[in-house]
This record gives sequence, structure tokens and C-alpha cells, in this order.
Amino acid sequence: MSHRIHLAVALERAGWHPAAGRAAGVLPHDLVTPKPWVDQARALDRAGVVFATIEDALALTDRFEDADDPRPGRVRGRLDAVLLASALAPLTHRIGLVPTVTTTHTEPFHVATGIQTLDVASRGRAGVRLVVGGSPAERANFGRRDELDAEAGFREAGEVADVLGRLWDSWQDDAIIRDAATGRFVDADRIHNADFAGEFFSITGASIVPRSPQGRPVISVLAHESAPYRLAAEHADVVFVTPHGPAAATGILAELDGAAAELRRSAERLRVFADVVVLIDDAPGRAHDALARLDDLDGGAFRSDAAVVAGTPTEVADHIRALAATGVDGVRLRPARQPDDVFAIADRLAPLLRATRVLRDDDAATLRGRLGLPRPQSRYAVTPAEDPRTTPAREKVAP
Amino acid sequence: MSRSPRQIHLAAHFPGVNSTTVWTDPASGSQIDFAAFEYFARTAERGFFDYVFLAEGLRLREHKGRVHELDVLGRPNTLAVLAALSAVTDHVGLVGTLSTTFNEPYELARQLATLDHLSAGRAGWNAVTSSDAFHGANFRRGGFLAHADRYERAKEFAALSKKLWDSWDEGEALPRRIRHSGAQFDVDALFDVPRSPQGRPVIVQAGDSADGRDFGAEHAEVIFSLHQDFDAARVLYDDVKGRLAAWGRDEDSLKILPAATFVIGDTDAEARERSREIARQQVRPEQALTYLEQVWGRDLSGYDPDGPLPDVEPDTGSETARGWANRHKAVQARIASLRELSEAEGLSVRELVIRLTAKHTFVGTPEHIASEIDRYVQERATDGFTVVGHLTPHGLDEFATRVVPLLQERGSYRDSYDEGATLRDLLGLPAPARTLTPDAAAAR
Repeated sequence: MSHRIHLAVALERAGWHPAAGRAAGVLPHDLVTPKPWVDQARALDRAGVVFATIEDALALTDRFEDADDPRPGRVRGRLDAVLLASALAPLTHRIGLVPTVTTTHTEPFHVATGIQTLDVASRGRAGVRLVVGGSPAERANFGRRDELDAEAGFREAGEVADVLGRLWDSWQDDAIIRDAATGRFVDADRIHNADFAGEFFSITGASIVPRSPQGRPVISVLAHESAPYRLAAEHADVVFVTPHGPAAATGILAELDGAAAELRRSAERLRVFADVVVLIDDAPGRAHDALARLDDLDGGAFRSDAAVVAGTPTEVADHIRALAATGVDGVRLRPARQPDDVFAIADRLAPLLRATRVLRDDDAATLRGRLGLPRPQSRYAVTPAEDPRTTPAREKVAP
Repeated sequence: MSRSPRQIHLAAHFPGVNSTTVWTDPASGSQIDFAAFEYFARTAERGFFDYVFLAEGLRLREHKGRVHELDVLGRPNTLAVLAALSAVTDHVGLVGTLSTTFNEPYELARQLATLDHLSAGRAGWNAVTSSDAFHGANFRRGGFLAHADRYERAKEFAALSKKLWDSWDEGEALPRRIRHSGAQFDVDALFDVPRSPQGRPVIVQAGDSADGRDFGAEHAEVIFSLHQDFDAARVLYDDVKGRLAAWGRDEDSLKILPAATFVIGDTDAEARERSREIARQQVRPEQALTYLEQVWGRDLSGYDPDGPLPDVEPDTGSETARGWANRHKAVQARIASLRELSEAEGLSVRELVIRLTAKHTFVGTPEHIASEIDRYVQERATDGFTVVGHLTPHGLDEFATRVVPLLQERGSYRDSYDEGATLRDLLGLPAPARTLTPDAAAAR
């Protein structure tokens, strides 16, 4: 019996190949109009892709680029990912929307309420990908913040994840009572302060947003090595990893399991998605040619943290099937060229994977539901067994 | 020869977490569901409003150390709602209140530029300051910011934001580098959002202090005031518009849109009766006492809401620790003025609080309300109003259906949107002058 997986897609401006925008003649202004994003999100939604992540960074230059000397020919210009995802919410139906949020320079309170609001506007399809923003370019844009070493950046991201959960739980599901008889709109006993004081920041109050449809939107991180594996194991629902083949995937899964056994706070198993950059063309050999042309344009072979697979839909599907066999929960495809490879994923690859029973079937309405994650109770909720007023006389039974 | 009348500008304020909203009414819907915001914004578009206006929440209100239970509590994140509304509306402007105290310029400037791109040029920013430790306790910077410092920060924030928005030239592949070193911000920035349709979002300002008015004269394109009374509105209008020349601006470069509530009836008598009913729903007995408890700083639950004002001294001891040195004097003065008003007019506690918080600006037939709104604008007391209904999300329906057509008949209100109009176009504002001269590009 084959192991079935979820299919996700990572949206990134003109695509993940650094020359993709240049090859297509894309201008910075083309990337900041909503239409191409709406078209791509809708195509992936129709194709049954479980969620789309949206890349973001608080800098013009790429992470490993010299901020003082931006490389010519790279495509520039971005929209804020949380707001872009919010605009996609009313125009899509089932697809999860997972914007990237930088943890280093943003206000955790704004992040928490922004993602809750995305969850409300999408009726339970919100997630967030947390990323540490330690680049010199990002720091220069904000100024005044002390340089963080990588490890401190991950500790701070962990605090952000922790406080997101506290704020998302701060209103119990039934806090709004609208009791006209007593004139009380809410029950103050069902709203709880976050009261978080950490190494990097503190937050006193409750969220301003009542509990959202998923309770807690899905937290995800991308991880390449031990420190982020531990961050993911401790705080995330979903982790993106970058095995360059099935053997590597098996090793990563083992390391993640070890970290989770030590650190994990949630009772739910961490869902693991393997990232793959894809370039798809129906005609045999054409995808490789297209990749070679992009490499020429960029002045060197494209090297990514993730595996790069160029081929026909069948060839790409074979690679995905091999990854699926390692036991990952899903694959997140990074289209090399947008929108071409996004439409190829939606129109060619996803139907092929579905027809060959690689994809997991699901009919849930929320992102958590589609990923097989239960809707968590607020940590402040009083279950009937714990409430002294309603504790039944019979013995407690283990679930 | 007849001249065309001055054009009225209207904004629609989504009722937030205050006693304006009668949540006990069976017709009252959700303040959270996106469908409520969508309905409200589409109604504003049906009424050809200039923009939809959302407030901001930074911390839940408290009373006696617990979250406030009596009025609507809880609301979504302002920017995320406006971004979602950009996808389901075509013409109406999208304006949000966003703090200069608890944001950073690079991030907020890119969020506002994003909203302007997503909405094809319909974004606006009500720039507000906040000084208090209560809200600060939810943010990295925390703490207390002195009144003067918060306007320093606001001015530097607005100036830096403008430089960032101006840093991309049309058709350029890279922005200019912005080096800014000031008392509040010290950045060396490459802004990553290309120039947005409006160049810059429309800047709205709501503060009413002298510092606030100075900020408004320099930076604001709309002022949201609370002066609804005709004479007070005209005094503010003259004062603020008089400050513009010092900044090289003319009268039309800034619009003043006071908040206005309304109650419509088929006859004046019916409207007055409805107004009384709504006010009594907006200020129920327990809400009246809660209002006074916030002034007195002590428990007044033993007092009769239908009786006279409490005869006890206020408790201001715990408040001084929060940085209000003159708090006690201010509270005494406030209470003295409340006593004076209630004795002069023979008002009970509840009647006084109704008078203070639920006095409806325009009460009457649609004809009366339309003619009053027109009079304020033609006689230069305002440029229009920021309309607030008392129901969510249907509070604008009756105004759009019954008052708007009468304004249109008078020739002082639009009867269609121009295709592709930006918020700045709707408000009749000039294009913003660039803060950076082309010479600055050479220094890149």
C-alpha cells in the first residue's frame, strides 16, 4: 500500500529560479498587482492543492546577497504577505493560505491578530510560516536593533510561536455571550491575559480578536539543520525540509523524531513536508533545456537549498512518489517560473498525482482539518471533567 | 449665473468597540465575521461614499481590572480586514487607524503601500499616537511615551514613510537608498515595494490638541474631528485651514470630516422618538454607572442611575503612578463640569451620560438630514462627515437608501464613481508632492 501525501505550493514572485523574472521580462510593478496572485491562487485552489505559502522578507535584497550592491537583473518588489493572503481569502474557497512572517522585527501582537483575521476572512484556512529575519539588510531597514546571532534568532522565533498560541487561546470559544438580560456582551472570566514575559519581549493583554475558526491557525517553519529542526519540533504544526533525495529524507525524519521526543509541546505529530523546486514541460527534454537557458541568463547553475527537478509531469510525479514512500506527510513544490510552473502544477501534475492515488483525499473545510489536525481547545477552556460545578459522580475514563 | 455647489465628502465608520453599537438589538450582527465588513463596505459603495473607515484595537478595554463586559468587545486586525475588503470592492476607499507609537516605519509603510497596490489606489492611513503604558504593555517598545515625544515620533514616522514611498521612480528597477537619522529612527533603507498607484496613501489625522493640529496642517489630507456642532465645527475649520498656508498648502488640500450620527424618521416627531429609544439602548442603566465609574475611579454600583450624580470624592491615587501628574486636578475639574451640566438641565446619571455619549448629530426626516449636511458643507463648517450608524452591519442601509438620493438631487454629491478613481481623486485632493528631488537619485 502506498503512502499518500498532501501537495502544497510555495509562491515566490516570478518564481524560485533567480532568472525567471528576467527571462519573462517581468518588471517590479508586475509583481505587486493582485491579478497574477489571484489567478495562481485560484488555479491551485481548483486543483485541490492543500495550501499555498507566500514568501516574504523585510528587505529588497535576497538573504545571502550583498545589501550594498544589489545584483542587477534580479526581479525586485514585493507585497506584504499577510495582506496579500488576506486579499486572496475572499476569492478562494478551500486552499490554505500561509503567508511568511519575519519574527525578528515585527510586533508579535500584530502578527497574532493579523493571522487570526486571515483565519476569520478565509473561514478557517489560515496558517503562517515563521522565518528569522537576521540579515544585515533587514536590520538596516529597521535600524537600532542589536545584531542577533542565529541561535538567538531561533530562540526569539520560538517565543513568537509561543505567544501566538497564548494570544490565539486568550478568548475561549464561548467568550461572547450577548446576554441582553444582564447587559453583558462578553464573559470576562472566559477572556485571559497572555501574561508572557520572555527573553526578547513581553505581552500582557489578551488578543483583541475573539477565537478564530481554527482556534489556532497552522504554524509552519522551514528547517535545514539542527537549530531550526528543534524550533519546529517544539513549536510548529508543519515543517518544510529540503532532502535532495529519498535517503536524505529518511535521515531528516529520524532527526526530527528525536527532537520531537525531547521537546514537543503538542500532542499532535509534527507534519513534515519535503520541498522540491520544479520546472515542468509536457515535451520530453524541454524542461531541462528551459532550466539550462535560465542558468545561462543568470550566469551560473542554479543551486537551491531544495532539490531541483526539471521534467515532464510524469517525471516530476515519479520524484514525488519516491519522496512519499519515505513517510513524509507532504511535498511543497517551489515553482521555478511563475506563473507557468504554477499552472503546470495545477493543470497537469496535480491531476496526474490524484489519478495515480499519490494524493491524500480530504473533504475537510479548514486547513487544520485537511491536514488531519484536530481543532485544539483553548488552553483556558474548562472541560466538563475539570469543572467542579459539573464533574460527574462517575469515574473518569481515559480517552 | 449659478455656480455649482461645494461637493460633500462622506466616509463610513464601521462601528467599533464602543457604546455606539446597539448589540442588544435583534437586527445586530457580528462585529467579527468578514461577511459583516463586506456587507458594510458594499453598502458604502452603493451610497457612493469616499471611504470606509476602521478603528484599531491595541488592547482590550478594561473596567475595574477586568475586561469590559458591557459594550461590544473584540475586533479584527485593521490592515488584514482592509486588505480582504480590497478584493470584494471596486471603488470605495479603505482607511484604517494605525498607530505611529506601536509600529515601525519600514513595516507599516510597506503594509500601506501593499494595501494601495491591492486596492488599485484606494488606501488611507489614519495616523494616531498613543502614549500610555496600558497599550504599550502589548508591544516590544512597551512603556510610556510623553505627549511631546509621541508627536515627535509621529512626525518623524510620517516624514520617513513619505521618503520610503517616494524612493521608487516610475519604471525603475531599483529604489533609491533612504538614509534617515533622527531622534526616533535611524535607518539605512532600501524599500521593497514599488511606487503604489496613489504614490502615497491618503493621510488622515484624528488628534485635536495643538500638537495634533500642527501635525495635521503639515501631513494630513483629511481630519476626522469630533466637532459636530455647527459653530464648533466652523471654528475648527477656520483654525486648521488657516494653518495650511504656512506649509504652502491651499484650502482644498485638506478635508475636514467630523464624526456624525443620525436617526431617520418619516416625520420629525417620529425621528425624535426613535432617537430617544436608540439612546436608551445605547446607554443602559449599568452602562451609565460604568461611564461615571471611569471618571470617578471608584465603585459606584450602589448609586441609582435614574438619580442625581454621586456625592463622593473621586479616587485618583492609583492613576498617578501611570504618569498623570495632574490627574487629580483634571478629574476634579471634569466632575465639576459634569455637576454643572446635570444641575443646569436637571439630568439624572443616565440622562447625563446619554447627553454626553449618545446625542445624535442629525435627527429628522431624510429631507432635514440632507439639508443640514449640505448646509454645513456649503457654509464651510465642514467638507462632509464621517457617518457612524448604530447597528452592525446594517447601520448604513437607511442612510444610503433615503438620504444619499436627496444629496444627489441637490447637486452636491456624486451619483457615480469615475472609473479607476483613486481615493485621492474621490476626495478631490491634489497629487502629493514628492519629498525627494530627482537630484537625490544622483546620490544613489
